[in-house]
Amino acid sequence: MQALVIVAHGSHLNPDSSAPTHRHADTIRATGAFDEVKTGFWKEEPSLREVLRTVESDEVYVVPLFVSEGYFTEQVIPRELRLSGWDVSEWDSDGLSADTATLSAKDTGQTVHYCGPVGTHEAMTDVLVRRAETVTGDPDVGEDFGLAVVGHGTERNENSAKAIEYHAERVREMGRFDEVQALYMDEEPEVDDVTDYFESEDVVVVPLFIADGFHTQEDIPEDVGLTDDYRTGYDVPSEVDGHRIWYAGAVGTEGLMADVILERAADAGAEIEAAIDTVREETRDAEATGDVALDRETGTAGD
Amino acid sequence: MTDVRDEQIEALVEQLTSGSDPIDFDGLHAAATEDGYALSTPEGGEYEGLSEADLRAAAGDGGVAPYVTNWYYWEEVVGHRGRHRRAFLRHAEAAHEQTVPERYAALEDGMRTEWGEVVVTATLGAHGERRYEIRHTDDAGVDSGPLNVDSDTPDADSEALDRYDDPLDARELATYDDRGRYRPLKSAPSLVSGWVFDDLDGRDAVETLDVFYPASVANWNREREGDLDVTHWRETAERQTGIYDIVEDLPREAVEWVAQACCVDSQCLKRREWQYEEGDDLAADGGAGAFPCREPCSLVVAAARKWTKLAEEETHTYEFELTPSEKEQIEAIIDAVADGRVDEIREADVYEGANRYRTRYLRAKRFDDKGNLSGTPTHPNEE
Repeated sequence: MQALVIVAHGSHLNPDSSAPTHRHADTIRATGAFDEVKTGFWKEEPSLREVLRTVESDEVYVVPLFVSEGYFTEQVIPRELRLSGWDVSEWDSDGLSADTATLSAKDTGQTVHYCGPVGTHEAMTDVLVRRAETVTGDPDVGEDFGLAVVGHGTERNENSAKAIEYHAERVREMGRFDEVQALYMDEEPEVDDVTDYFESEDVVVVPLFIADGFHTQEDIPEDVGLTDDYRTGYDVPSEVDGHRIWYAGAVGTEGLMADVILERAADAGAEIEAAIDTVREETRDAEATGDVALDRETGTAGD
Repeated sequence: MTDVRDEQIEALVEQLTSGSDPIDFDGLHAAATEDGYALSTPEGGEYEGLSEADLRAAAGDGGVAPYVTNWYYWEEVVGHRGRHRRAFLRHAEAAHEQTVPERYAALEDGMRTEWGEVVVTATLGAHGERRYEIRHTDDAGVDSGPLNVDSDTPDADSEALDRYDDPLDARELATYDDRGRYRPLKSAPSLVSGWVFDDLDGRDAVETLDVFYPASVANWNREREGDLDVTHWRETAERQTGIYDIVEDLPREAVEWVAQACCVDSQCLKRREWQYEEGDDLAADGGAGAFPCREPCSLVVAAARKWTKLAEEETHTYEFELTPSEKEQIEAIIDAVADGRVDEIREADVYEGANRYRTRYLRAKRFDDKGNLSGTPTHPNEE
């Protein structure tokens, strides 16, 4: 029996934080690729300390729903899951290349394939692009468009910016968008100045965040100039300094994120190729049947 | 009522002829011997030297059939892979205390297990299959009759509750309290009522419980097996890093207040088993919940961080002008907020200190224009 456990931050204050995690788990559960699909959280339940004991399988793939390698993926999650003998050198990573490490859970005796975070996987680039398609409602969006990938910044962890740069560069190499730029909340180049960095009239702004919260629903919309007060809402697109800004909200809410989770597990040895194909197909279908409108509305919710 | 399906007898024969150990389960004894099959149950007598056809006939006998369907349910349907799941389901029909006929009789009426704010009712379906119903304890009186699991037309009372069949639907039910506020602590006694999962199999029943009360079944069973790993306050505090690193500085007496504030039954239905440290118990009541709390949760740790920072402040001596009634009123307001009673205080009940008009009057009278009580500044030296 093989199980998938998606681990994420969660929140004591806001149910939106864990909502995407649950949704992606549901998507993957529906494929039947794993005997069990569970979720565990730092701030919600089941906690990271107890999630493995809710899993009946002996073979467990643990995928962190985090943007970058750092404090949570390297220290908190392995410690709380009680992974015996964990050392970050197991990943042998340059800050972007963590893939998997196989360890034993001290608590339960299960074999745990501890995967790198979703945010640094190459498939994440496709999700950024998909997010742009979703928010514009155009499956071919790119020509005459700029794309801004927005990160929190390097305040505490330089790997955070590495992940942003990595995906911005990969989108650039696709040659699909006229311009691609990495921007940050807390450092140069800043998202506040987004219109200075683009010639294109239309710019899609995609925050590389796992869930919508005050950064993506309050700070960034105000920083970008979509609105003076997030509570009053804003349109998608919004006119800012002669540009049309298509603000996408957190990329982690995009249905295709389930694919990145599966890719991480597959890289760690899970045999789930058919599920990967299904998820790629089904999350695209969802987009054509009205999720666009739903996602756009979240841009004005702000609560 | 209990008839045995061919499939169940096939499984029995298969088990006996596969070279596995003879069957010895809940009173059913069966074996393949050189003289044929042997079969016995406490009520159904003893058979020896049976042919396969005889075995089939004997297994369908009134006194034996419940034992066979019972064996089939536990060994073939539930199985042993989910150890905690199996233990809970056995517990739900008192399998360790009652004989098969006793249980079958009790299951006809439904056997109830309270779990936090929900009640699980186990019943007997066709051919010894068990079905489980889960609802809020507040809704328990709504349907006192036996659950009609085989009917397509559930009784009218059950119709009044919103019916669900997917365990994951419990996630939505558990997210908000009855005033629409987010419930970060799933074991808070604020689960909404008005719903029912009226016809679940064993796997889905335990899955549903695990959504309402995550990891509760596993921890309960570990405790039952004498294998619960309790992590006490000191060890939890010392494990913390990052912004929670400081909680290990929280004084012992403050940990008592944390447990009093957060971990009593009025706030959390888990039964607190963690103490200050091994051999140094906290005085606060751990509660009487069905399932244990094995370590300070993330909410307690996050709150303790705030209290650790607040504990760094020195006390000051303030001088206030208050009438005796006003002092008592402030105490009444603190009690009302701490006990979550603010909404229960009636609009015009000015005899309650925490009444809104009484409180507004106190503010109008005793606060200066900067919001200072009795005009006394919080930081006099900074003025």
